Amino acid sequence: MNIAQQINKNNVILSLVDIHKYYHVGGETIKALNGINLSIKEGEFVAIMGASGSGKSTLLNILGCLDVPSMGEYQVSGTSVKELSKNQLADIRNQNIGFVFQSYNLLPRTSALENVELPLLYNPNIGSAERRERAEAALTAVGLKERMHHLSNQMSGGQQQRVAIARSIVNDPVVIFADEATGNLDTETSYEIMRLFQKLNEEGMTICSVTHEPDIATFTKRMVVFRDGFIVKDEKIHPSDIVLSQASSTSGFMD
Amino acid sequence: MKLLNLILIAIAAIRRNKFRSFLTMLGIVIGVGAVIAMLAIGNGSSASIRATISSMGTNLINIMPASQSQGGVRQSRSSSQTLDLEDVEYLQNNSTLINAISPELDSNGQIVYGSSNWPTQIYSGNQDYLLIKKYEIESGRVYSEKEIKNAAKVCLVGKTVIENIFDEGVDPIGESIRFEIIPLIIIGTLREKGDNTFGQDQDDMILAPYTTVQKRIMRQQYLRAIVVSAKSVDAIEETSAEIETLLRTSHRLTDSDEDDFEIRTQEELISNFGSISDMMLVLLGSIAAISLVVGGIGIMNIMYVSVTERTREIGLRMAMGGKGRDILRQFLLEAMLLSILGGIIGVGVGVLASTIVEAVLNWPILITLNSVVLSFLFCTLIGVFFGWYPASKAAALNPIEALRHE
Repeated sequence: MNIAQQINKNNVILSLVDIHKYYHVGGETIKALNGINLSIKEGEFVAIMGASGSGKSTLLNILGCLDVPSMGEYQVSGTSVKELSKNQLADIRNQNIGFVFQSYNLLPRTSALENVELPLLYNPNIGSAERRERAEAALTAVGLKERMHHLSNQMSGGQQQRVAIARSIVNDPVVIFADEATGNLDTETSYEIMRLFQKLNEEGMTICSVTHEPDIATFTKRMVVFRDGFIVKDEKIHPSDIVLSQASSTSGFMD
Repeated sequence: MKLLNLILIAIAAIRRNKFRSFLTMLGIVIGVGAVIAMLAIGNGSSASIRATISSMGTNLINIMPASQSQGGVRQSRSSSQTLDLEDVEYLQNNSTLINAISPELDSNGQIVYGSSNWPTQIYSGNQDYLLIKKYEIESGRVYSEKEIKNAAKVCLVGKTVIENIFDEGVDPIGESIRFEIIPLIIIGTLREKGDNTFGQDQDDMILAPYTTVQKRIMRQQYLRAIVVSAKSVDAIEETSAEIETLLRTSHRLTDSDEDDFEIRTQEELISNFGSISDMMLVLLGSIAAISLVVGGIGIMNIMYVSVTERTREIGLRMAMGGKGRDILRQFLLEAMLLSILGGIIGVGVGVLASTIVEAVLNWPILITLNSVVLSFLFCTLIGVFFGWYPASKAAALNPIEALRHE
């Protein structure tokens, strides 16, 4: 039984087998990832944790098809990225992956709707009517139906991140990658955003969130911890923990 | 990626940075405006020269005596004695192509009327002379055949002469003036022609029958020139050739002899002055083109800054699935849109500037479709040329580093 068949059997959508990533900086080789094995199944909500320099950002770049591993096998929905050209990687990002960034990365002086439409502009199979329709649906899903025509720079941080989330789901991806998505937000707004992710996850969306804040990680269902390019912990989070953390976070906020 | 989407993206990017886009366009606006205005002025003066020459009679063919040598000394043209009335008659009888023909004599002299006097030029010819040289009668009449035959002491006067020797309100017709010592009765006035482009006053003249000038004033058998009008502008060359053949025959010139006359057409004059105005046009055009290139460098500069400033945006677009070539096309299209938009505004500015020049300085202007199309194409080309480097720099960015860019 080969890997592709295994993936199909187990509903694995992202599969990393013995992934290494090296960087060459000034004649020195930096080993960012040292043999990572990880599978993410459809419908999972994974937190990738670790200190800075632990390799979690490198991993996210590889998972997001922004970068390719130096060694090892990475498959997205059964497609190996090893042989793909830059343009083919761009197509995978366009059609299978959604990104949410720490600094939102919205186009300034541009309406929420136009920001959300952006990924679809790079898909030649989607016409303008469908683009508008899907962007409106995505904004409705993140609770910004009333603010579609507001300009990005006239919105609060939380609203901007909601627009960014709408943008990440508008292409109906197989997985969303959130890179410190709550890093620029206050605690209450961070939790709002995490609850939005939870809602999307309950609706079937696979989400992979990089964070270094443990309370943010408790909103997820699975925690993968990195240190020095290795996975040091990979465990499920029990629903009871979530309830607990939300309770404690709320009380913490009340203080 | 669809072109339409690309255009939408580029327009949105230009709109997001209205002021910067405006500044970028300014260089192109000024460049195209300058090209349009300069070409309008150049073409205008060129057209005005052509119009002046045409007003002297486009179909006009001048036959003049060639300057001759006597004992190795070249003589002035006016002392040449190779053309006479027999030539006029011969051409009239034998040519199949000429429309009208007239002998021409002219002389300088002082006009006296009462206590006024004025230096002017007396021209002379037959009745067709007016037709050939495009003179029209303002009032009175032209001399009759009989008056020509009798070398009658009559003349027609131009506006400048009237203004200088008569008081205002005096009807010159019927008055007697003297040209040098010869008294002449004014039988008609000529319609005003104005200055020609060379600054010559075309109304400072009087016109008399050629016989009068020949017998009474200049007392010579020979003609200063023979003027001919061809049937049409297109027939000028053919007619000139025919005249040359006929005159060579009547002057009994052998194959080895040079022409003892010279044929000049207005076309030659037009092409001579045309080449001068063309030179001016090239000069003005190149100055304007330089300003366009400077405008183009402005576009490159701003696009370059724009790429650096929008590095994160480029990273984002790449993360969302934008390919290198999409980014390249977007920035290239932005540069092109800026230069085309600048070009459109520039055409307006150029037309406006030309109109102001025409109104204020009273210079002739001519805006041609060619100059508009040319500057427009040049503009687009500039957009592509100067947009390419920054655009390819944007396309070559690594999405990870671009996203991390502060």
